[in-house]
Amino acid sequence: MKIVLFDHSFEGLLSAVFEVFHLKLKEAKLIGQNNHTASFFDEEIWVSTDQEKAARVAKGIVKVGGKSDLTWLYRCFLSELAEVPQLILEYIRQLMVDKHSGKNDFSRNVVIQLQKINKMIGREKHRMDAFVRFEKTADGLYFAGIAPDFNVLPLNAKHFKNRYADQHWCIYDVKRDYGLLYNLESLRHVHLPSVNANLHSTPSNLLAEDEVAYKKLWKNYFESTNIQERANKKLHTQHVPKRYWKYLSEKYILDY
Amino acid sequence: MNFDRIKEKLSILADAAKYDVSCSSSGSKRTNKKKGLGDSSGMGICHTYTADGRCVSLLKILLTNHCIFDCAYCVTRKSNDIKRAAFKVQEVVDLTINFYRRNYIEGLFLSSGIFKNADYTMERLILVAKKLRLEENFNGYIHLKSIPGASDDLMYEAGLYADRLSVNIEIPTQNGLKLLAPEKNREDFLKPMKKVRNEIVKYKSEKKLIKSTPVYAPAGQSTQMIVGATNETDAQVMYTAAHLYKKYNMKRVYYSGYVPISYDSRLPAIGTEVPMLRENRLYQTDWLLRFYGFSIEELLNQKHPNLDSDIDPKLSWALRNLHLFPVDINKADKQQLARIPGVGLKSVYKILQARKYRKLGWHHLKKMGIALNRAQYFILCDSRDFLKADMSPQQIKSKILAQGNSKYKPLFNSQLNLFE
Repeated sequence: MKIVLFDHSFEGLLSAVFEVFHLKLKEAKLIGQNNHTASFFDEEIWVSTDQEKAARVAKGIVKVGGKSDLTWLYRCFLSELAEVPQLILEYIRQLMVDKHSGKNDFSRNVVIQLQKINKMIGREKHRMDAFVRFEKTADGLYFAGIAPDFNVLPLNAKHFKNRYADQHWCIYDVKRDYGLLYNLESLRHVHLPSVNANLHSTPSNLLAEDEVAYKKLWKNYFESTNIQERANKKLHTQHVPKRYWKYLSEKYILDY
Repeated sequence: MNFDRIKEKLSILADAAKYDVSCSSSGSKRTNKKKGLGDSSGMGICHTYTADGRCVSLLKILLTNHCIFDCAYCVTRKSNDIKRAAFKVQEVVDLTINFYRRNYIEGLFLSSGIFKNADYTMERLILVAKKLRLEENFNGYIHLKSIPGASDDLMYEAGLYADRLSVNIEIPTQNGLKLLAPEKNREDFLKPMKKVRNEIVKYKSEKKLIKSTPVYAPAGQSTQMIVGATNETDAQVMYTAAHLYKKYNMKRVYYSGYVPISYDSRLPAIGTEVPMLRENRLYQTDWLLRFYGFSIEELLNQKHPNLDSDIDPKLSWALRNLHLFPVDINKADKQQLARIPGVGLKSVYKILQARKYRKLGWHHLKKMGIALNRAQYFILCDSRDFLKADMSPQQIKSKILAQGNSKYKPLFNSQLNLFE
């Protein structure tokens, strides 16, 4: 068994796939470099990221499976799960051998596993669309920290750009330490060294004057719209699992 | 802005609006224009969930809870001794915009008690929507209530600014309405509904010819019925719903289990349990009508005027029609597949896709996530292990129920015993 290592980028992963095909490796295992523990028996190959090779693999996938296949694999990749590179390799292999097979063959294990991961990604992306809570800062920026299970922020970009086209906003992934900043014109990646890892921890002197008042109004609305007679704790936590409560200012006890 | 006063109004007017169940924010095609605020072209988003497990996607409030009517089932009825309040138009606009900018909501759902008269009230609702669209360049979702009895001109104008319009018929039967809201008659509800339907039809045909036709209520119209307030049968509720879908092109009909709010002897007493299981079965039936190709007569009829509470309506139908089963998973068409208990539309899609590549056996179906505990009694697949097809409906039902683990189980034990 050959262990093929890459640098955790999507292009790196595709470059590694390229090498597997190029070297005609029958039995290869694709692993992100940080997830690998060296063992005595396996032979390791380190593949450096090569944009050209990655582009060739991407082109091949699009040619056989269509553009949607490539997006689908990219979404699965964003899960950062250790087993995903291998699944992607297996999927591409199958795709190249049997050109009719695709991501809709629900009778195959690889497909079912990747579909499952894709669904998890979709759900997490959608949750971020829903649970982001902007705080308006004193200088007019709408800021929100997030800490999603998977690296879905790139998938959220379009949604927020379309929606908040007339306000300055920033969504920051505190777990992965990068964010998206929108300046009415375009989006860019930012790294803010001073961001606190706790959500909703912006000191109140940095907030806009009416920010706390609106937070309170929102919490007030949230409580008034509940129907006591229909209380259903189980359903509630099913929709909003506890790990997401940290996003929701309406579930906080406000201590301003 | 006086936040304390707003806060008080908000709690009164949100509390009064909460019995309206519609919270849908999808189905519109309104995109962001000229770098304005908001976009409602995508799927609906639930921004949070209340402790009762219901989704919150819109700021759902009444403009006022002053009302000239005295409908027994309604919490804002004239004779009810509660705090009253009214928002100013600008206050609703500010709340909506500020909540939207913070990503709390998808938009506004504005309803109102009827003050002065229907047209006066409707005008105020339109004013809010108009301000949001024209002054704030707001492209989020707006759901306006059509006030029963409002004039056609106003209903036309409402549709120019709102994504969805709705008028709640509330009581499924004519007799029930006479009993609980003697001042209202069904015609008042149907009039704005008809106007909106006609305008939507007109818009759709004109749009084909003239591209610049102004958009009219792109997310269609919906309505709501209270269930369990009068002694209506499930058949009465669902036949009314089916009629509304067919004749009024409703996008949605909502069913709201009656929450007792009155000591009125015409209504269930305070403390009576909200019929949530019944509500659930009605929604399942609604889905079967809209997406699964069932006709209402198949699910509810003279012989079966009420839905079973212990099993879902599709399973119930299948048990009455065992002669149509088993269905061969590898051969049956889409419609037949959709009628198998335990097989939903997503499973149908997976089966149709997967069987292009190979014949499907039990293990394939299981991996796809099909609810085999129900489906297994109704299908054939690529396997030698067939379940004996000579079981009676009662046998199948008790087998399925024995495996099931519904939280409502205590509610339907008694009925089970009757069956056997």
